[in-house]
Parts: sequence; structure tokens; C-alpha cells
Amino acid sequence: MSAPSKTDRMKAPGSIAMVSGRLQPDAKYKIIVENLSFSYGDVQALFDISMKIRQNRVTALIGPSGCGKSTFLRTLNRMNETIPGTSMSGAVRLDSRDIYRDFDDPSVIRTRVGMVFQKSNPFPKSLFDNIAYGLRVNGIKDKQLIAQVVEHSLKQAALWDEVKDNLDNSAFMLSGGQQQRLCIARALAIQPEVILMDEPASALDPISTAKIEDLIGELRKQYTIVIVTHNMQQAARVSDHTGFFYEGRLIEYGPTKQIFTRPAKKKTEDYVTGRFG
Amino acid sequence: MERLIFKPKSRWREFTGEKLISITAFVALIAILLIFVFVFKEAIPIFTNSYVQEEASLDKMVFKQQFYEGRDSKWSWQPNSEVPKFSLLPLFIGTLKAALVAMLFAIPLGVGAAIFSSEFASRRIREIIKPAIETLAAIPSVVLGFFALMVLATVLQNALGLTFRLNAFNAGIALGLAVIPIVFTVAEDAMTSVPRSLRDAATALGANPWQVSMTTVFPAAIPGISAGVVLGFGRAVGETMIVLMASGNAAIISASILDSTRTFSATIAAELAEVVFGDTHYHVLFMIGSLLFVFTFLINLGGDIVLTRLKERLAGKTI
Repeated sequence: MSAPSKTDRMKAPGSIAMVSGRLQPDAKYKIIVENLSFSYGDVQALFDISMKIRQNRVTALIGPSGCGKSTFLRTLNRMNETIPGTSMSGAVRLDSRDIYRDFDDPSVIRTRVGMVFQKSNPFPKSLFDNIAYGLRVNGIKDKQLIAQVVEHSLKQAALWDEVKDNLDNSAFMLSGGQQQRLCIARALAIQPEVILMDEPASALDPISTAKIEDLIGELRKQYTIVIVTHNMQQAARVSDHTGFFYEGRLIEYGPTKQIFTRPAKKKTEDYVTGRFG
Repeated sequence: MERLIFKPKSRWREFTGEKLISITAFVALIAILLIFVFVFKEAIPIFTNSYVQEEASLDKMVFKQQFYEGRDSKWSWQPNSEVPKFSLLPLFIGTLKAALVAMLFAIPLGVGAAIFSSEFASRRIREIIKPAIETLAAIPSVVLGFFALMVLATVLQNALGLTFRLNAFNAGIALGLAVIPIVFTVAEDAMTSVPRSLRDAATALGANPWQVSMTTVFPAAIPGISAGVVLGFGRAVGETMIVLMASGNAAIISASILDSTRTFSATIAAELAEVVFGDTHYHVLFMIGSLLFVFTFLINLGGDIVLTRLKERLAGKTI
């Protein structure tokens, strides 16, 4: 645990140097997106996006509302397919296999690429059953194993100490920040390789947000994380790489430090300096 | 620019408008109270009038009675016999039998159709199924009763080789047809109003569409589905015309659903028109009416309490 350094980072928003200081440019690519376009019916939301996402790194997607960053995130685990009337072209490769063409069953992809949503969405079940849900629907029945995974996931999500005596309570008894960490634990329980986070802290108070960001720094060691955020300080704090989306296009993508200090495109500079957004 | 001059709002119009609106709300409440008061008033002699009590006191309606010397005591409803017999037990059992058959028939079909319509049907099929089932509710119950009396009874008798053409089974199925739309509509509504975020959560954890429906949406909708079942049961107990026409109306005590049966509601409908005004029989029929009133009220109240508890549990207020 390198908790102190992370906590320092939390206290000094904008200290980008420390984040980029950890960058190892040689990390391999986990997800490769090639010429991805996506439409809701007649409305095109994404235009020809190509992007390589590195393993064990945090990649932040920023941009103004409606720029397509959340849509893009949902194409990475085929959640976009649950919306009728959508269409896409291009390819998304996970470890070089095309997730759209090499897998018939999208649920297999979703067990490898987990997701945390903007608004915490626990099931109306007990804490235990919330975490165990992903295991049970994927065919794991061994009660001892499930109990082990539940404990482990809650510890990973830094929630165990707060809830260990009340695992039978309804998930709705938790605070908003705890619910979101429960949702993270639930996503971790099925042992994904990639975790997609869609503005995971946008509905939370600063302290809960700090806890989530701490958690992201911790999870980065084991998982590849892609996070959509509205909050540029957050992107600067937690991410290694940042992609800037505007009107359905990926305008600029690079190391977070570079995006925030020496952006190559005028549009990026205007956005990160707060001239629009 | 011209100065704006605001007119003071009319206090008078506001006052009358508000009162008129509140009156509409109280009309329904007052109507219910008046109906109950009137029905119950006519039942009061059973508790007060000694002449009425001689034939039909509360214990005579509930417990076994010996009507003839040397014969076994029994429960019997024969209000027009030389020795009038007013035991309510045969009617109570008859009511429950028909209602239970109806529910056994309507719950799986209504809930099943609701699951299909909200979870698996394509939009086009849903747009055919929903109005079709809701049309069932619009069929007058006399038509359903007529169908059960003329068609269904014959079909069932031939298919199952029944002794009695009109029986609790036959009436229960026709009654079920009237209950299905209630169960369906409420249950379907409950399932479609489960928030999309819950479906997304389950899908993102690798659940396939069947699992999303059965392990997430259905459990989350159970309070609403039980509300539909409770409302449906209330209808099954109170429904009159179908059972009057299709049940055979024999006031007997029997465990078999293939025997002819008589319900509370059908008893009132069949006998009230010919009863002597002010007679014991007359008061007993109003007693039955009061019972039905209280019965359905309690069913709905009980259902409501269960629902509130379930909702609270789902919202995490109680464990």
C-alpha cells in the first residue's frame, strides 16, 4: 500500500507531476479501438475513433456533456447493445481479440470488462447478495467460495471494515459513497481485467470522492481502468493517460501531463483551461 | 417601458375552487361510508332483535346446529325451508373455493403474461398482447358468465367426465378470466417501472437477458405483483354474475372443487329480490353483504400492509 503518496496527491489537486512521474511508457496495450463509429438510429454519436488503452493504467476520458465519452465507454463492454436501434462500425480488441466478432455471447465480454455507473445502482438485496450476484449468475454455487470472494471484494473496495458486521442488511442502508464502493466491489467480485467507470464520483460529496479516487489509485495495480469524468482535477489526479472528446470525435489523446500542460490542439487547451465546457 | 401593474389575485375564486376540488375527493369517501352504514343497519337486528335471533343468531350462523330431533347436527343454508337454516359456513367455503380456483388459474397466467410482455416480447407483439388482455377486463361479467354456463361447462364436463356440469372449477376458471387482466396490468406496470439502472447493473455483471429478468427485475417488482394478486383476489371474492351463472349454486359443504358451489355474492343476488322485507332471511342477507364488505376491505388493507412492509424492506428501512 502506497497510501501516503496517494493521500498527498488528493490534498494537492493539480499536482500532475506526481501522476505522470509514475508513467511507464512500455506498458502493453489492453484494449485497441480501431476506427469505431457508433449511431443511435440516425444520430451518429461517435466518428471514427481509434485509441489504444494501456494495461494497468488509468485512462481518463474528458469532454463536454454529449461529446460521446460515455457512449464510447459503453462500446468497450458491449453495453451499448442493450439499447435497441443502435449500429456501429470498426473494431474493439481486447488482448487482440475482437469483442464484437470473436465472441457470440456479450455476457462473456462483460465478465472480463466490468462497469461502474454514474449513479450507484445497488440491487434491492442484502450487501452480501449484491456482491454474490455476479458470481451466481455466472454459475458459481460453492457457498464457501462465494463468501470468500465477497469478503475479498469488499476489502479491495475498502468497504469491509465498515460493513463486515452487517452483511445481511439491505444495500440501501449504506450512504451514497458507500453504495458506490459497494458497486465497485460488486464489479470486482467477478474478477474482471478491465474496469470501466462512468463518472463514478459525480454524485458524491468531496470526502466520498476522495475515497473513490484513492481506491482507483489502488486498483490500478491490478486492473486496467477507463474512467469518464467531468471533473478535470479528477482526471489530472487519478489518470495516467487522458483522451479529450469533442462532438463525437477523439480530439487528442496522450499522457495526462501533456494534455493538461502542453496540449497540441487549440480545442483541448480551451477545454482544459476552462474556456468552454 | 410601461410600468407593470399586477392585479391582486382573487381570493374568492381561489377559495371556492379549492373547496370544490376537496368536495370531489370526499364524495367517494362519503359514498363508501353511507353504503356501509345502510347495509350494516339492515343487519343490526341479528344482534338486537330476539325474534330474528331465534332463527339466526351469530352462533347459529357459525356453529353446527341440530335442526331435527334424532338427526345429526350440521351446517346448512336453507333459508326457505320449514325450519329455516342460516349457517353461513357452506357459503363461506363456496366463496373461497371459487376464488381460490380463480387465483390458481389467474396468477400464473397473469404474472406469466406480464413477464413476457415487459421482458421478452418485441414491441410489436407487446402492442397486440397488452390491449388484448386489457380487453378481457372490458367484457361484461354477464357475458363471461354466459360463456361459462353455455360453452365452458360443456367442454369441461366432456373433457373430465364430470357428474355436475356447473361447479366450482367451471366458475373459478370463468372468474379467473375476469381476474387475469387485473393481475396482468398491475404486475406488468410493476415490472416495467423497475429502473433501467438495475437492468444495466445486472447486464454489466454478465447476466444474460433471462437472468436479468428473473433474478433482478422480477424480485424488484414483487411488491407491485403482490398488489395485483391482492386486488385480483378482492375481485374474485366480490364478483357476482359469473359465479351466479356458472357455479351451480348448491349451498353444500364439500372439499371437492368439482362439486356445485354457492358464494356469498351469488346468494345475495339470487335471494334478495324474493325475500320478505323485514324477515329474518332479509336481515341475514344484509349480514352477508356486511361480511363481504368487511372481507374485501380487510383483504385490501392486509395487502396494503404487506406491500408497505415489502417496499420498506426493499428500500432498506427494516430488515
